[in-house]
Amino acid sequence: MTRYILTRLLLIVPTLVTVAVLIFVIMRVVPGDIVALRLVLGGSYITPGVLEAERARLGLDKPMWAQFVDYLMGLVRFDLGTSMWSGAPVAREIAIRLPLTLQLAVMATVVAVAVAIPLGTLAAVYRGRWIDHAVQVFSVAGLAVPSFWLGILLILFLLTVFHYLPPLTYTPPWVDLRANLAQLIWPALAVGYRYSAVATRMTRSALLDVLREDYVRTAWAKGLERRVILRRHALRNALLPVVTVIGLEFAFLIGGLVVTEQVFNLNGVGKLIVDAISQRDYTLIQGLMLLVASAYILVNFLTDLLYAWLDPRITFG
Amino acid sequence: MSTGRLWRVVRSVGLVWLIGALVLLPALATAQQPRRGGTLVYIVSAEPPSFDGHRETTFAMLHPVKPHYNYLVKFDTQNFPKVVGDLAESWTVSRDGRTYTFKIRQGVRWHDGSPLTARDIQATYDKIIFPKEGVISARQAMYHMVQRVEAPDAQTVVFRLKFASPGFVEKLASPFNFVYKAEILERDPRWYERNIMGTGPFRFVEYVRGSHWVGRRNDEYFKPGLPYLDGFRALFIGSRSAMMAALKSGQALIEFRGVSPAERDDLVRTLGDRIAVQEQPWNCNLIVVFNTRRKPFDDARVRRALTLAVDRWGGSQALSQIALVRPVGAVMRPGSEYAMSQAELMRLAGYGRNITAARQQARQLLREAGVPEGFSFTLKNRSIQMPYEPVGVYLVDQWRQIGLNVRHEQQETARYLADQRAGNYEATVDFACDFIDDPDVQLVKFLSADVSPLNYGGYIDRQLDAWYFRQSRTTDRAERTRIIRQFERRLLDEQAYVMYVLWWWRIIPYWRTLQGYKTTTNHYVEPDLEVYWLSP
Repeated sequence: MTRYILTRLLLIVPTLVTVAVLIFVIMRVVPGDIVALRLVLGGSYITPGVLEAERARLGLDKPMWAQFVDYLMGLVRFDLGTSMWSGAPVAREIAIRLPLTLQLAVMATVVAVAVAIPLGTLAAVYRGRWIDHAVQVFSVAGLAVPSFWLGILLILFLLTVFHYLPPLTYTPPWVDLRANLAQLIWPALAVGYRYSAVATRMTRSALLDVLREDYVRTAWAKGLERRVILRRHALRNALLPVVTVIGLEFAFLIGGLVVTEQVFNLNGVGKLIVDAISQRDYTLIQGLMLLVASAYILVNFLTDLLYAWLDPRITFG
Repeated sequence: MSTGRLWRVVRSVGLVWLIGALVLLPALATAQQPRRGGTLVYIVSAEPPSFDGHRETTFAMLHPVKPHYNYLVKFDTQNFPKVVGDLAESWTVSRDGRTYTFKIRQGVRWHDGSPLTARDIQATYDKIIFPKEGVISARQAMYHMVQRVEAPDAQTVVFRLKFASPGFVEKLASPFNFVYKAEILERDPRWYERNIMGTGPFRFVEYVRGSHWVGRRNDEYFKPGLPYLDGFRALFIGSRSAMMAALKSGQALIEFRGVSPAERDDLVRTLGDRIAVQEQPWNCNLIVVFNTRRKPFDDARVRRALTLAVDRWGGSQALSQIALVRPVGAVMRPGSEYAMSQAELMRLAGYGRNITAARQQARQLLREAGVPEGFSFTLKNRSIQMPYEPVGVYLVDQWRQIGLNVRHEQQETARYLADQRAGNYEATVDFACDFIDDPDVQLVKFLSADVSPLNYGGYIDRQLDAWYFRQSRTTDRAERTRIIRQFERRLLDEQAYVMYVLWWWRIIPYWRTLQGYKTTTNHYVEPDLEVYWLSP
C-alpha cells in the first residue's frame, strides 16, 4: 500500500509536466496577444516601438524555448509567475478565487450525495414501480438541463416572486456564515441537481447489479432484514462506482463552473479561467490549468484510497 | 359680486395659495437640494488591467479608479463638453496660441496629507507626453504639439507648444489624465499601476479582483461640501444576465457604459417609474475596413459599390429597435462641432435616400471592376453580441441585394484583433470610441498604414496624411472644417477605403434614487461621483 501511494505520488510529476508543456504550446499557437489586446483595443494611437517594448518587458520577445525554460525553472521553484494582465502573483490570484470554488464544489457535492444515494437506492429497491419511474424522470431531467440554465431560472424565480437576488459579492463563511450561504446555496442547488442526476443513475444501476449477487441472495436466505442487507452488504459495495463518479464530478467542478459562476456573478476559478483566456494571460492560464490537472490527479488518488476503505478486498499492486 | 365678497374670495384663494406654498416649497427645495450620505453601488462590466490612467485605454479602469483623482482641467459632465478647471483655478492662452499658463489651486492635499503643487502636475504631464523608458503612455501621440511643460513656481504650470493647436485644452481634459504625485513618480514611474494615491473626492478602501472596488469620502476634499456620497462600491459584473438581475433587484443603481434597447425595455417593464432612462448619441461607431492589399478590394470601384449598397437610413430605423446604434454620420460624430450636415452627408456614396438607384450604381461598378455576380467574400466581425452581431448580419443582407455572397465570421476578441493587425481578412468590422470629437483624434485612424498603426486597411494615401496634419495646425474653424470635409470625401466616397455604418446610441437606465447624473456622449468622462447624490 505504501509503495503504491509513493508510486502514485511520483507519477504526479510527469503528468503535471506534460500538462504544462501542452498548455504552453497550445496557448502560444492560438492567435492574439496580450499586449495588443490591452493597449490597442481601446483605439489609442500607440506606436509599434512601444508595443515591442512592452512585449520585451513581459518576455514575449524571447524564443519559445527560452520562454518555456523560464516557465519550467519557475515551476521547479514553486513559482507560478505573475499575471501578465494584472501583475499580481499567479498563486495569489488563484488563492483568492479557490476558496469560493472549493466551497461551492463541496456544497454541490453534499447536495448531490444527499439526493442521489437515497433516490438511487429507492429506485433500485422499487425497480419498475412508480418511485423508480419518478426517480428516472428526475435524473433524466437533471442530465438534460444545464446547471447554468437552471441557475438563470432560479434567479428569475427569486426576482419575480420574492424580489430577491442572492448577494453579488462573496463573503467568506468565517466572516458571515449567513451571508455566505445566502450567496452560495442557490448555485449549489443548481449545480448539485445536475450532479445528483448523474450520481442517482449510477447508484441505481450499481445497486441493481449488487442486489443480483450471490452474497446478497445468501443474506436474504439467512433471514436478514432488508434494511441491514441494503446498508451492510449491498450499498457499501454498490458505492464503489458511485464514488468514482462523485470524485470525477468534483474535480470537474474546480474548473468547470465557468458559466454558473458567470450567471451568479461568483468570483471563482471558472470566471478567472474565462478572463485569463480571453485576455491571453499566458502565465495565469498555465497556473490555472495546472490547478485543474492537479485537482483531477488528487481526486483520482483519493478515490483510489477510498476504494480500499470501502472494499478491503481491493489491493494495490 | 360685491366688493366685500370679491375681497373675501381673493383673500381665501390667497390664503390657500400661501399655505400651499409654505407646505410645498420646502418639499420642492428639498427635492432640488443635494443630500449628503449613502453609498452608491454601480456596475463595471469589465476588469481594470491596472490602475494607471496614463497607461490604460479602457473604461473598466476609469469607472472605479477615477473617483480617487483630480485633473488639471476636466469636462463638466453637467454641461458636456465644456471644460472647467479642476486643480487649475484659471488659465490664460498667449496671443500666438502657443503658451498655456495655468494657475493651480492652493490648499489641495493628497490623500496622505501632503500638499499638491505645480510640480505634481508637471510630473504628471511629463509622464504622459514624454514617458521614460519602460513606461507606457497610451496618449503620448495626442500631445505631439507639446514642446515642454514647466512649473516656474508652486502655483503655476506652463505648457509650451510647437504650434498653436485647436482643442488643446479639451485634450488636456482627457478623463485618463489623473494627476499623480511627483515624488512617487520620481521614485517609481510605474507605482500607480498597482497603487492609488490621489487628491480626489474619494479615498481608496479595497479592491478584490473580479469582485468589487470600494471608496469612501475624502473628508479633507478641497471643494467645499463635496462629495455628497459617503462612499461608492463598484461591482465587477461581466455577465449581462447577472448585470440585469443586479439592476432589477436594486443591488446596483446604474451601469455607466450602456445597455441595449431590449435591456432598457426589460428594466422599464420590471421597475416602472422607479427607474429613469437617459439616451444620447454615443461617440462610438461601427465601420467596415476593406483590405486594400487583397483583390478585388484594391479597386476603389469595388469598395464604392460595397458602401453604395448599404441603406444607412433604413438601417438606422430598423437596427435602432434592436441594437445600440442609430445616428447616421461620417467621420465626425453627427451633431458634433465639425460634423457634416445631412445635406452634405447625402452627397456621399451610400448616404442618399434612393437606395434602389444606389444599388444599381453599385452593380454597375462591380461589373466594371470585373466582379462576377455571386462573388463571395468573408466579413470578419467581433463575437460580441451588441452591437457587432446585428450590424454584421444587416451588412451581409445589404450586400446580398447587389448579388454578393458574404460569409459572416464572428471571432473571439483576441483573434479578431490579431487578424485585423496582421491584415488577415477581406473586410472587417472595426470600431472607434473616444472621449472627444476633436478631428485630430477622430481622423488619426485613417492615416497611411506606415503612419498610423490603427490603419488596418493597408492603404498609403499621402493626400489624407497632408490634410490631416494641415487641419491639426489650422486654428481657423471654417478652414479646418473645409479640410476635414475634403478628408472625409476622399476617405468615404472617392476612395471608400472604409465605410461608416452607424454611430452608437447610448442608453443609460438608472434608479431614480441616484440624483445629479447626466449622461454624456461617451462613457469615459463618467462616472462623476463628485456631484452625484442619493435621494431617500
